[in-house]
Amino acid sequence: MTSKDSFPQGSILEINGKCIVLKGDDIDTDRIIPARFLKCVNFNELGEHLFQDDRQELKGEHPFDLKENRESSILIVNDNFGCGSSREHAPQALMRWGIRAIVGQSFAEIFYGNCLALGIPCATASIDIINDLQNHIQSNQSSSWTLKIQKETLSSAGTLYQINIEPGSLEMLITGRWDATSQLISKSEKIRQKLESLPYLTEFHKEIK
Amino acid sequence: MSSGTLYDKVWDLHRVAELPGGATQLLVGLHLIHEVTSPQAFAALEDKGLRVLCPQRTLATVDHIVPTVNQERPFADSLAEEMLSTLEKNCKKHDITLYSLGSGNQGIVHVIAPELGLTQPGMTIACGDSHTSTHGAFGAIAFGIGTSQVRDVLASQSLAIKKLKVRRIWIEGHLNSGVYAKDLILHVIRILGVKGGVGYAYEFAGPAIEDLSMEERMTICNMAIEGGARCGYINPDEITFEYLKRCPKAPSGKAWDRAVSWWESLASDPDCSFDDDIHIDASEIAPTITWGITPGQAIAIHECMPSLESLEQNELPIAKEAFLYMDLKPGTAIKGLPIDVCFIGSCTNGRLSDLHAAAQIAKGRQVAKGIKAFVVPGSEKVAKEAVQQGLDKIFIEAGFEWRQPGCSMCLAMNPDKLEGRQISASSSNRNFKGRQGSASGRTLLMSPAMVAAAAITGKVTDVRELFINTHRGQQIQTP
Repeated sequence: MTSKDSFPQGSILEINGKCIVLKGDDIDTDRIIPARFLKCVNFNELGEHLFQDDRQELKGEHPFDLKENRESSILIVNDNFGCGSSREHAPQALMRWGIRAIVGQSFAEIFYGNCLALGIPCATASIDIINDLQNHIQSNQSSSWTLKIQKETLSSAGTLYQINIEPGSLEMLITGRWDATSQLISKSEKIRQKLESLPYLTEFHKEIK
Repeated sequence: MSSGTLYDKVWDLHRVAELPGGATQLLVGLHLIHEVTSPQAFAALEDKGLRVLCPQRTLATVDHIVPTVNQERPFADSLAEEMLSTLEKNCKKHDITLYSLGSGNQGIVHVIAPELGLTQPGMTIACGDSHTSTHGAFGAIAFGIGTSQVRDVLASQSLAIKKLKVRRIWIEGHLNSGVYAKDLILHVIRILGVKGGVGYAYEFAGPAIEDLSMEERMTICNMAIEGGARCGYINPDEITFEYLKRCPKAPSGKAWDRAVSWWESLASDPDCSFDDDIHIDASEIAPTITWGITPGQAIAIHECMPSLESLEQNELPIAKEAFLYMDLKPGTAIKGLPIDVCFIGSCTNGRLSDLHAAAQIAKGRQVAKGIKAFVVPGSEKVAKEAVQQGLDKIFIEAGFEWRQPGCSMCLAMNPDKLEGRQISASSSNRNFKGRQGSASGRTLLMSPAMVAAAAITGKVTDVRELFINTHRGQQIQTP
């Protein structure tokens, strides 16, 4: 079980916990966290507003409200999950609710990168595998699962699904280099050279001010 | 793999290093920030004891949360006030230029950087906002980033990113009268789908694209992200240079000639290669409008919404969800559908030419009874020029409200919101569930002229019925 208050750190080798199924294609980041909750200067309160409007619409029947899902840490979704707005508030809300990994048919690009920057792997699998997996989870809701990054598997007692993790992301997760800042600033000399090589920052540069 | 495209050239020019894991460290030439996605980035920067590396290449404005009726400080909404004051504090501390309310340069971030001439061909531009793709209209490589990446760019003026494939979208022919850039891009997304562009940069090219003004090109690139493409661009040409020449922050004097020759050298080579190439005929495009809950669920104004039988198996669940949410019937017409609210504005369609197109329809007419219609200029500069040209009067006399600049009801982070099940005709970019501020509110995306037409008639209308048949409605019939 993943503690909701300890966020991913360092090398990420596996994620253990229950799976939660959220069906539907093209679930956008406005649905994950509606814009009115972006009125904040930190991310602390976002977890409680995750899927707020969808949850209200379903009056307690939304997967994120069901009692059996409350301690889940692996989210199983469908196609193009996280499309739309670039708001990192969306993965932040998922992470603060307790999600530590997502498996789906495909992910929108900015959302994928935002998750990786928080140490949350987004793994993919074919529509057939996802459908099978979702059905399996829904009929065995108390099962505990393990997502192994290096092996690219999601398994539970007697069941194993092969999933795909993009090789670059996989390497970043297992080496703990998914947090890019320190790598980027270490190249300060190369950055300086680049800044001095671009004509719009030198020969025909005009100040912003 | 693409080669010789503008995307390849700009990428190579900005490549700092290859990182473990296959990402590239890419230099960011211009970093745009705003009040929603920057506060946590500044906090994270300070937690790590880092400073802003290039404050002189960072520009801030406030757009998402600003009220459009009363912009007096402090704002009535204390959370909005806190966000702006946090931005002010961060910019002051890190010596970043902030164009705030009343500066004359405030506005939607994707409107102000181009109008100042800060957006230029060959640049890399990043901003914590998905519609950063807008700046690609100038031949820049521009994309939206999350808050962790905003932190990275603040700290290192660079970010870790993977190179995209390049799909050329060649638009043959010319747009018909009454058909606008908005219709073109809605049509493209309708054909390629909302995730068709994932993994791609879109190069928009061809005669119909070359025809477009810079403001129209911005509408096109703005919505590349709605088709899944994080980045969309158009090769710079004479129209680009003519636009930039008038901008205060564009190069001038001797530097201008040097800049133009550099910009010209960056356009995709005649013998470049793309990962994918798609051709679309502009003459087949009609005024286009969304009926559902994704920007890809769009039809031409004269078409019926799809019947469930006509849809592919994989489109069915989201189509059913859309019909249920929108309370619309499959297989029926969209034309004539009554609407409640009309919104003209946003980073997609809040520029001067957009307001002109809408004003041409509004002029001498009246907003239908019971319709709330309002116009939100994209920036203080757009507002000023619109007032100088009397557009505000045209709108006010027709019964529209004339507001102050901001993102407004595109995403409804300010007081401008739909109420309950209201349905809006909107010139913005997203028709997602709940997008415009009501959890059950409904959005129909269309061009600004189509929004104005809907305001006048109170229902979804073919704008072409409201003007004489000239090129994109240059001359308007007096009612």
